[in-house]
Amino acid sequence: MLSYIARRLVIAIPTLILVSIFVFVLQKLLPGDPALVLAGEERDPEMLAFIREKYRLNDPIIMQYFYWMKAMLQGDLGISLRTRQPVLDLIGDKLPVTVQLAVMAMIIAFAIGIPAGILSAVKKGTAVDYIANFVALSGLSIPNFWLGIMLIMLVSVHLGWLPASGYVSPFEDPVKSFQTMIMPAFVLGTALAATLMRHTRSAMLGVLKADYVRTARAKGLLEHTVILKHAFRNALLPIVTLSALLFGELLAGAVLTEQIFTIPGFGKLIVDAVFTRDYAVVQGVVMCTAAGFILMNLVADVLYFLLNPRMRSSL
Amino acid sequence: MSKAIDLNAAPVLSVENLALRFKGAPANIIDGISFAVRPGETLCIVGESGCGKSVTALSLMGLLPRSVAQVMSGTAMFGDHDLLELSQRAMADLRGNTISMIFQEPMTSLNPSYRIGDQIAEVVLRHKSVTRAEARQRALQMLDRVKIPAASSRLDDYPHELSGGMRQRVMIAMALANDPAVLIADEPTTALDVTIQAQIIDLIEELQKETGTALVMITHDLGVVAEIADRVCVMYAGHMVEDGPVEAIFDDPQHPYTIGLMSSVPSVGPRSGRLAAIGGMVPAIDNMPSGCRFTPRCPFAQTNCAVSQPPLDELGPSHRAACHYAPLETVFPEAVFQEAGS
Ligand SMILES: Nc1ncnc2c1ncn2[C@@H]1O[C@H](COP(=O)(O)OP(=O)(O)OP(=O)(O)O)[C@@H](O)[C@H]1O
Ligand code: SF4
Ligand SMILES: [Mg+2]
Repeated sequence: MLSYIARRLVIAIPTLILVSIFVFVLQKLLPGDPALVLAGEERDPEMLAFIREKYRLNDPIIMQYFYWMKAMLQGDLGISLRTRQPVLDLIGDKLPVTVQLAVMAMIIAFAIGIPAGILSAVKKGTAVDYIANFVALSGLSIPNFWLGIMLIMLVSVHLGWLPASGYVSPFEDPVKSFQTMIMPAFVLGTALAATLMRHTRSAMLGVLKADYVRTARAKGLLEHTVILKHAFRNALLPIVTLSALLFGELLAGAVLTEQIFTIPGFGKLIVDAVFTRDYAVVQGVVMCTAAGFILMNLVADVLYFLLNPRMRSSL
Repeated sequence: MSKAIDLNAAPVLSVENLALRFKGAPANIIDGISFAVRPGETLCIVGESGCGKSVTALSLMGLLPRSVAQVMSGTAMFGDHDLLELSQRAMADLRGNTISMIFQEPMTSLNPSYRIGDQIAEVVLRHKSVTRAEARQRALQMLDRVKIPAASSRLDDYPHELSGGMRQRVMIAMALANDPAVLIADEPTTALDVTIQAQIIDLIEELQKETGTALVMITHDLGVVAEIADRVCVMYAGHMVEDGPVEAIFDDPQHPYTIGLMSSVPSVGPRSGRLAAIGGMVPAIDNMPSGCRFTPRCPFAQTNCAVSQPPLDELGPSHRAACHYAPLETVFPEAVFQEAGS
């Protein structure tokens, strides 16, 4: 198992290097001179030269890349060109917010998507199935920003039940934190629930036809045991893999949803950074997101591994 | 063939005139199926692929949803219960407990995610009030009885760690774990290597002798029939065309279809040959003659055969055949009779 994880981690390294090159080159190709941004309004030529020297902007691009990589490997993601804060600190600030949002959204997605998927597979071709599919399709086609705005109008503005925006850390005030996060989590969660429901349904339809499900019935097992223990257990593999990937996507930041609910997460960080040409932050966030995504891929693989006896014993 | 079966004993399972129809189908997929098995008795159901053997077995087990396969007529008395009338829940209480089934597909019939010991123990826990430890003990005992070598070390194996033959042994262990009164075996060896086939058949026969369970064996293999059957029931295109004691079916077949089958078996030795290739094809379900379903292929067919359904007539001691012209010798000259198989 450990050697398997180690192998997967080693495979992840070239991927990360590729991402880093891509991020770096893209950055360099974008219009806009970071020295100008840093120099501010005056654009004093001496100041510009000093800045170029200090940030080694005059060195060959390839060297600039290596300086950047070296610093990054030492945990130095650079300094925000705008706020002068270390990028690592900025990320450290925003990441927990996004993780909290992602976890809450995932819980909502599981709670809705999996039971709905199982039910619509078991009741295939009945009204229950059609309704579940219709709701899922609506969930997929309603844009998050629209649902978010509608929720704010209804729940916050009209009914006044929940705050429309803002963020409170769960360590400061768990209840308040929950109240501020539940609506955006719901918006993200329902969209994922629709995807999850459709995958659960098709995985369940596959396994419900399996011979071992017939065997389970031939043993006289009750229907809920047949479905949950014998069928669903085998449908879990694709669901778990998908969930890990969905979670990885959530970590990349839900840009629009965070904007609408003004949640200071990753999504907001990257949007602000792009608009202000804050290169160091953009690079740091993208690298961090890529690493997170690769990590979730690894988690997916490991879970797949743990759930599958055939793979487990092949070690 | 020489088992001590009490012919006066009441049958444990007695099927009478069973007919099923798939939803929307123009004709019954099986029709007029009648047979009975007594404790310790072996009934073989034979017939070409697609003639409805599995459908018959699955419907008795309640494993064909009634919404898909409608019961058009018939009863299936198992003790005091009519299996065709029982509620889902009541049927589930019998399945795997007093009536069990093993399937055609050993490779895929076990759940790949659970250890085989747990899968056997599960059926015991479902039907008997025992502790987990006792159920596991029973699973071990059953693995031993189906002759899985080093059973105690196999208990925690996953299905993929076993060969097809071993998996079928596990299925047998599971099916017999609660000492059922009836075991239905649906072509349990078709998917296995020839050498393994014989072992599995011998094992089933041996366990049946030990336990006295009634066995309904569905098979293609006339060699198996000759070896283990007490009675034989021959199906053709969903109809029962002949049934009787194994000796009568082999030595004195009465229905032209059975005669065709038997003439293809050079000698009735153990496991020789499969079902004969009889000229022609089984009609599709939407093209079935309303009378005798064998009409298009029958060398003896007369004009009335296609339209009038021959009843199962008693032709000898508990020997019945469904043919208007049986026994054929009384109707046709001997010369024609010789050609029946070709
Ligand atoms: N769920 C179903 N819906 C419609 N038709 C079905 C269904 N299940 C089986 N059939 C049809 O019923 C017929 C009988 O099938 P069955 O499986 O009983 O044959 P069999 O005698 O067991 O054949 P084999 O020896 O190949 O196992 C086949 O023509 C099959 O296509
Ligand atoms: S009833 Fe007619 S068609 Fe059918 S088996 Fe007898 S002779 Fe042949
Ligand atoms: Mg079959």
